[in-house]
Amino acid sequence: MILTKEYNVKKNDFVNAGKVSVEVKRLLKETGISPSTIRRIGIACYEAEINMIIHSLGGDITFNVEDDGKVTLSFDDVGPGIPDIERALVEGFSTASMEAKEMGFGAGMGLPNIKRVSDEFSISSSSEGTHLLIGFVEQ
Amino acid sequence: MKARKILEILDAKQVFVQDEDMLDKDYEYCFATDLMSDALALIKNHNESLVFITGLCNPQAFRTAMMLDVDFVVFVRDKHTDETLIEAAKDLGFNFFKSPKTMFDACVCLGNEGIKGLDIN
Ligand SMILES: Nc1ncnc2c1ncn2[C@@H]1O[C@H](COP(=O)(O)OP(=O)(O)O)[C@@H](O)[C@H]1O
Ligand SMILES: [Mg+2]
Repeated sequence: MILTKEYNVKKNDFVNAGKVSVEVKRLLKETGISPSTIRRIGIACYEAEINMIIHSLGGDITFNVEDDGKVTLSFDDVGPGIPDIERALVEGFSTASMEAKEMGFGAGMGLPNIKRVSDEFSISSSSEGTHLLIGFVEQ
Repeated sequence: MKARKILEILDAKQVFVQDEDMLDKDYEYCFATDLMSDALALIKNHNESLVFITGLCNPQAFRTAMMLDVDFVVFVRDKHTDETLIEAAKDLGFNFFKSPKTMFDACVCLGNEGIKGLDIN
């Protein structure tokens, strides 16, 4: 592993929303990974980080850069979970609060965006929490 | 079109500029939205010469723009820009401006002068 970092994200912490993604993007810029791959990673990380803040009770983000340049990000929160993942993946579906919408979030495009830009995408969820793992390789 | 010219068309004021050289950089496209995910969905049509227009005047707008490698942000309707916003721009190395125009008028003005939209399909 070249790099591994862990961050904690808090529920409704709008002020800091996106800071983890900014940090991840900065670190990636020092690795020699191409700008277009970094862009994909940044976009997915940002959407997933925001989701944790606006939809979950909080959780952790783990960021890894492996020796072969593969990047993985894992988002693990502690609930309340996504009752119907298939529905959550539909473009435009959103349960975001008014407060989140006022901040520019809640267009229901986050999960579809994440899926579209990532090379590996797996999500599981129960009332105990949601686990999202995404991976990226150079294209 | 040079950033200077775009700012003139938009009647825009400089709020924070990291690097004055940017005023002589050329921009060809514009994207306008208040929905951050709509902006983040632009990845496919990534373009370095993009002006991002938004009415969403908060640090998240910069963080979104950073993810897209966009460096030129214009807030419309002369929104109040406070210290936290300027701090966020400094931290991220952003150039940002504000225009008294509405989002629609800002877009029309730029469109009339040849600035193009992005084909998102
Ligand atoms: N970490 C999460 N915890 C609980 N629910 C989530 C989480 N992430 C996404 N969701 C659910 O999936 C829906 C769709 O997510 P997304 O596509 O990112 O759209 P948005 O965040 O704009 O609502 C959300 O509105 C929410 O109901
Ligand atoms: Mg979302």
